[in-house]
Amino acid sequence: MYTQALNTAEADDRGPEDAAKAAQFQARIDAEERIEPNDWMPSAYRKTLTRQISQHAHSEVVGMLPEGNWITRAPTLRRKAALLAKVQDECGHGLYLYAAAETLGSSREELVDAMLAGKAKYSSIFNYPTLTWADIGTIGWLVDGAAIMNQIPLCRCSYGPYARAMIRVCKEESFHQRQGYEIMLTLCRGSDEQKAMAQESLNRWWWPVLMMFGPPDATSQHSDTSTKWKIKRFSNDELRQKFVDATVPQAHYLGLSIPDPGMIQDADGHWRYSEIDWTEFKQVLAGNGPCNRDRMAARRKAHAEGAWVREAAAAYAAKRAQRQTAQAAE
Amino acid sequence: MATANIQVSETPLVLYALRRADDALILGHRLSEWCGHAPMLEEDMALSNIALDLIGQARELYTYASKVEGKDNDEDKLAYLRDIRQYRNLLLVEQPNGDFAQTLVRQFFYSAFADLYWRAMMNSRDTTLAAIAAKSEKESAYHLRHASEWLIRLGDGTDESHARAQAAIDHLWAFTGEMFAVDDGERALIHAGIAIDPGTLRGRWLQTLSNVASEATLVLPENDWMQQGGRTGRHSEHLGHLLSELQSMQRTFPGLTW
Repeated sequence: MYTQALNTAEADDRGPEDAAKAAQFQARIDAEERIEPNDWMPSAYRKTLTRQISQHAHSEVVGMLPEGNWITRAPTLRRKAALLAKVQDECGHGLYLYAAAETLGSSREELVDAMLAGKAKYSSIFNYPTLTWADIGTIGWLVDGAAIMNQIPLCRCSYGPYARAMIRVCKEESFHQRQGYEIMLTLCRGSDEQKAMAQESLNRWWWPVLMMFGPPDATSQHSDTSTKWKIKRFSNDELRQKFVDATVPQAHYLGLSIPDPGMIQDADGHWRYSEIDWTEFKQVLAGNGPCNRDRMAARRKAHAEGAWVREAAAAYAAKRAQRQTAQAAE
Repeated sequence: MATANIQVSETPLVLYALRRADDALILGHRLSEWCGHAPMLEEDMALSNIALDLIGQARELYTYASKVEGKDNDEDKLAYLRDIRQYRNLLLVEQPNGDFAQTLVRQFFYSAFADLYWRAMMNSRDTTLAAIAAKSEKESAYHLRHASEWLIRLGDGTDESHARAQAAIDHLWAFTGEMFAVDDGERALIHAGIAIDPGTLRGRWLQTLSNVASEATLVLPENDWMQQGGRTGRHSEHLGHLLSELQSMQRTFPGLTW
């Protein structure tokens, strides 16, 4: 679904690498060339991207859980099929992104183990619960909408495999976003009870969604390197503002109110939002969100209970290879 | 406020379509329970894919049942507003997922049948059923391949996977007989060339099973005592829980558009 703007890039490449190579690398970036897996790259660039892409992959996979929570309870067969297909898409994004991360030299197993050990992050938004059917609409509309804002610029990211993965992911996300909005539209045109369900859901998700763009620029410390490497092309606050400006009219069209009484439209047409509660954001990142423990427990359980299946597949593959070698030798 | 169950006029053709629709929906629902929890991402994808195929088949069959019945019972009413005693699916498909081996063996038993069944149904004199069969046959062939490959991996994998696969076969075997049973209403449809006699598929079904089981170093049970009841609404206790989840929105918020 989406990678959190965590600003965790390494500040500098301190390895003993050739300064001339580094200069050449930066010149390629400046010329908007794509860096490919076999190209020389500073170790900090590799590390930053591995972290960002794998966090993005973890987010897709953990993101299956809040929406998966409603697959068995979707209100109609059409909604059930659409939701299942959507969550399946997220899984596909995860696979795609793990493959992109693997081109940087880390295996999927290593990356997943780091996540299960709590050492790697995933997007904070998935630590919030899906309580009503309206949350499925809100997630598509807002969470995927925010993801698109973040990911469209990533289609031009300097690292080729990530940029190419993002092109496909963005196409699917924009479909999800429309699907989510359509769920909201149906609710808002429905009974009073349905409309209240939509509003209540928006109230719960609005602020956590704004936090998805990461800490405010004023407190960001590491954006510079990512910007220099053209991994990041817009600041957290720029993307957040773009998202708010695009979303407010959509909410008005639905007849819903943004749960921010202080929100005003400025002379340039931008919707100015009130101060975000960054304490909540920090708490969720620290593991204290409403669902952090449940999400990790669910992923660990699936991984642990699937161990014997993965072992069986590996054992069978080994046996088969052995038999084929034996047969070839005959 | 509770929503009353709908009443369905179960003429032989309505009942026939409904039974197959219920099979597909309940099995699809069971598979969808894996989404996000499978042993590997590839299987989250695959099981969801199969679930989507089955839910798609269910929707077509419900829509057809609804059309034949000629009342106002659309696909959602048929799925969401019938109680356990009105559901007509095989006992096999409502069995819980259990471990991955149990899910795969359930799928294998069903898909090995569905593959043959839909291929034969392509010759139905009922053009709608024949068209649904043409699509479902392609899907079932893939489902069977997926399940067969996994059964071989599990059976011939590790001691643990072998034991789990064998236990799943032994556990689910008694639910397979119902696939081949026919009642009077269906017999009439068979005579009319609308339905096919599933009994004629049993030999080939067993052949598929024994080929895969032998490659998987697994053994098919000898006992021939078979559980029945799903087709007439006498289900296992498991289905009630599945339905209470599946139907919760429509039961809680009756009569709304979603």
